[in-house]
Amino acid sequence: MADELTLRVNDTTATVTVSPDTPLLYALTNDLGLLGPRFGCGLGQCGACSVLVDGVETRSCITPTSSVVGKSVTTLEGLPAYYAARMKVSPVPDLHPLQAAMIAEQAAQCGYCFNGQIIKGAELLFQTPAPTDEQIRSAMNGHICRCGMYPRIMAAIRRAATTIAEAANG
Amino acid sequence: MVERSREQLSVGRREFLKTTGVVIVAFSMGGKAQAQTGARAARRDPISGPPDRNAVDSYIAINADNTATLYAGYVELGQGGPTALLQIAAEELDLDFEQMKTVTADTHRSTEGLTLASRTAAIGGTETRAAAAEARRVLLEMASERLDAPVGELTIAKGVVSVRGNASRSVTYADLVGDGSFERTFEQFAYNGGIELPRKNGDHAIPKPRDTYGIVGTRVPRPDIAEKIRGTYQYVQHVRLPGMWHGRVVWPRGQGAHGISNPTVVNVDEASIAGIPGVQIVRRNNFVGVVAEREWDAVRAASQLKVTWQPFATALPGHEGLFESLRAAKTNDLVDTDTGDVEAALGRGAHVVSATYRGPYQSHGAMAPNCAVADVTSDAALVICSSQAVYLTRFGLAPLLGLPLDKIRVQYAAGSNTYGNSCYGEAANAAAILSQGVGRPVRLQLSRADELGWDNYGPALLSELRAAVDANGKLLALDYRAWCHATAWLETASQLALGTPPPTGGFGVPAPGPGGAGLFSVHLSQTDMYDVPNRRIVNHVVTGSGYLRTGALRAPMDPSTFFALEGVMDELAHAAKLDPYEFRKRNISNARWLGVLDTAAAAAKWTPRVAASQRSSARVVTGRGIGVGTHHLPQNQSDRVTYAAAVVDIEVNKDTGAVVAKHVYGVMDCGLAINPGIVESQIVGMCVHGTSLALCEEVQFSETNVTSVDWASYPTLRFGEHPSVTPILIQRLHERSSGAGEEVLPAVVAAIGNAFFDATGVRLRQYPLTPSRVLAALRSAEGARA
Repeated sequence: MADELTLRVNDTTATVTVSPDTPLLYALTNDLGLLGPRFGCGLGQCGACSVLVDGVETRSCITPTSSVVGKSVTTLEGLPAYYAARMKVSPVPDLHPLQAAMIAEQAAQCGYCFNGQIIKGAELLFQTPAPTDEQIRSAMNGHICRCGMYPRIMAAIRRAATTIAEAANG
Repeated sequence: MVERSREQLSVGRREFLKTTGVVIVAFSMGGKAQAQTGARAARRDPISGPPDRNAVDSYIAINADNTATLYAGYVELGQGGPTALLQIAAEELDLDFEQMKTVTADTHRSTEGLTLASRTAAIGGTETRAAAAEARRVLLEMASERLDAPVGELTIAKGVVSVRGNASRSVTYADLVGDGSFERTFEQFAYNGGIELPRKNGDHAIPKPRDTYGIVGTRVPRPDIAEKIRGTYQYVQHVRLPGMWHGRVVWPRGQGAHGISNPTVVNVDEASIAGIPGVQIVRRNNFVGVVAEREWDAVRAASQLKVTWQPFATALPGHEGLFESLRAAKTNDLVDTDTGDVEAALGRGAHVVSATYRGPYQSHGAMAPNCAVADVTSDAALVICSSQAVYLTRFGLAPLLGLPLDKIRVQYAAGSNTYGNSCYGEAANAAAILSQGVGRPVRLQLSRADELGWDNYGPALLSELRAAVDANGKLLALDYRAWCHATAWLETASQLALGTPPPTGGFGVPAPGPGGAGLFSVHLSQTDMYDVPNRRIVNHVVTGSGYLRTGALRAPMDPSTFFALEGVMDELAHAAKLDPYEFRKRNISNARWLGVLDTAAAAAKWTPRVAASQRSSARVVTGRGIGVGTHHLPQNQSDRVTYAAAVVDIEVNKDTGAVVAKHVYGVMDCGLAINPGIVESQIVGMCVHGTSLALCEEVQFSETNVTSVDWASYPTLRFGEHPSVTPILIQRLHERSSGAGEEVLPAVVAAIGNAFFDATGVRLRQYPLTPSRVLAALRSAEGARA
């Protein structure tokens, strides 16, 4: 039933003993004790559980743990280091620029969906460093925020894009 | 992994004494150092509350590091209220904000705070201000003695008291209080009509003059936001107890008719989950749940366990037939207001409007389905959950567990925002039943379908209004007749476990009987911003049976009430050929109502014109609407009114029926805003949530059960279609703080309804304005014109 699966999570190798169909979310939260990805619907509809798998935003609540063996999983906790490695920034910043922008904008209320908002926003900024408003709306459309903080998340993504551009221009 | 020590959290481990006002702890201390760091916090730790609400020690403790801890039992739902309370305490105590700490609500540590009905700043803030001011007075008295100087010669900065002009003569709060406590009672403030009354006892601390505030009224960042963004914040979903297993409930998919279709188990086929070893089934009367060491095993077992239920009766009207059913039902008619002669005034109106408006059942739709962790032993229980009122949650747990109140400890841990009584009570009760059933700590996580299908929904409302104005557009009469069924606020888990009929409702309150008014109906306070000499409001209350369960959803029933009232005001303005903003100005004299209305119009650069007078023949048309709103408070409402207004710009696609809100201007006057940044965040959230209510959200149900149980069948506003928002706070330094998390919501829903008429010339009197409803209304209007 349960298999030993070796995962690469936040640049660390970890072994979990779970049945192979166990959704990645449960391995990350219950076996590895991570607080970033979290349960919102179990259906892939809301985005609260999002992680990056080889840099691609993925709903961990419907992703079998066995399917990420051999891939690299990044959670909210590992996002600053992943950003530093991918953008060749040294030393590793305390926060991803989008996290810093979210705090500056006081963008969260309950904050429960913000794991996914940050993971998805970070993916967008890797792919499209200077997104238009329409690109932000389109990329973020699968992430629900019931507190209605979309305008502030949008402002934070714009702010982070500026920060990243300024850093790149030295 | 966040773990809590079971020893620390459980009750009944030590012996305690409790005296009037001051709590005395009898336990041996290891030494002086330990006493200094632990004494006062420990004093509150394992004692069943609530503590005396007139004792300073119930609210405030000074710590050995010269910080202070506030024990006010108001919780962080995501709204930022606890930050505001810390600002008030820091202000009155002359501490920096960073020197204030707080504890989460806990029946064995904190005061009894109800984080609901917009009470945190209004009630909790007033309590905190009085307690902290009294604490400061005690500290000054102690310092006067210690420094041998009159109180009048002392100054305080950052919790250090000094003799004015001689900084070398100083003492810290921590040195003054030492191991002791305040041992002082104080008199709470009372209000009447928003005015602070003189206290009965002349000898009390006077809070700081408001024009000297340095922390209250400033934009202190919320400490919890940084933790939430970093991913270090501990939600209830993260709580782990030693030996804890994972539980799920097994309920029918979607509730049936309240009072008729009580879930009844015919058979549980245990063999159906034989393939998942180690799962324990907990069955208590009609309650069925599963518990497993591994969470995924519990999830799979809950979905695979074959439970045969008695089929639900065909006893619901279905969402399409709901309003006709309410209108035809036998009712208990309650007159809220009847002033002047409404019929005569309607008869002499230059313009008379008669219209029927419909507002749907809507769900709390918590982002996180509720979760709770329970550890129930034979003589005590610990339940960690997301209750808005931990002390009230005990009333539901006690009969369920067969334990006395003081042996039940309930602690708050945040889930997602709740917007009222989402299923946190269900989670607490179900976790407790499962823990008692298996004899170990259990973490219960509801599923998305449990949360959306078994919610106590925001009630549906049918409104029939008649109103008249004279030739100058001045209101003559308003007749508001409302149909709504009595609140049926129930806890399914306890209903199933204890048997039917349900013995208790939410928070252990007895289940509602037929014919009662229920918690929610239409009241004078929802219409009295308008100067109307002849006014009648009658609530036709339908018995609670045969409908859905209902409870408090953010600004309960106000969105539907203001959608109707503000729609009719717009209809009158249109009939009188007046601009809708101008019409409201003619009929509102209260300065604070005019304040929010004028501010919203100015922010939106309102251009006066009669609604729908500049319609376009394009397929995508634009419109603009205005509306006012508030949150009706069930008691003493005039003590803490909040004033709100909104202007909304929308776009309507006449081919697809899609309505998109492009920009919302939301204005609120909540008296003294403790933290303007937090209030603006609330305005932004309400503008978006209000847009979602107006355009997307409606509980779907058949004649047997609720069918909207996920985010596809219960749509919510998506990122791609959110409006830009301009939040505006009107700060009123010398007014009482009132609620700030509910009142803009109804104004936004109302303004969207009015904007639709402006864009299309068609009045849609039922929301949400879904594409199918919009297309039907446009076609019907075209048919009528043809």
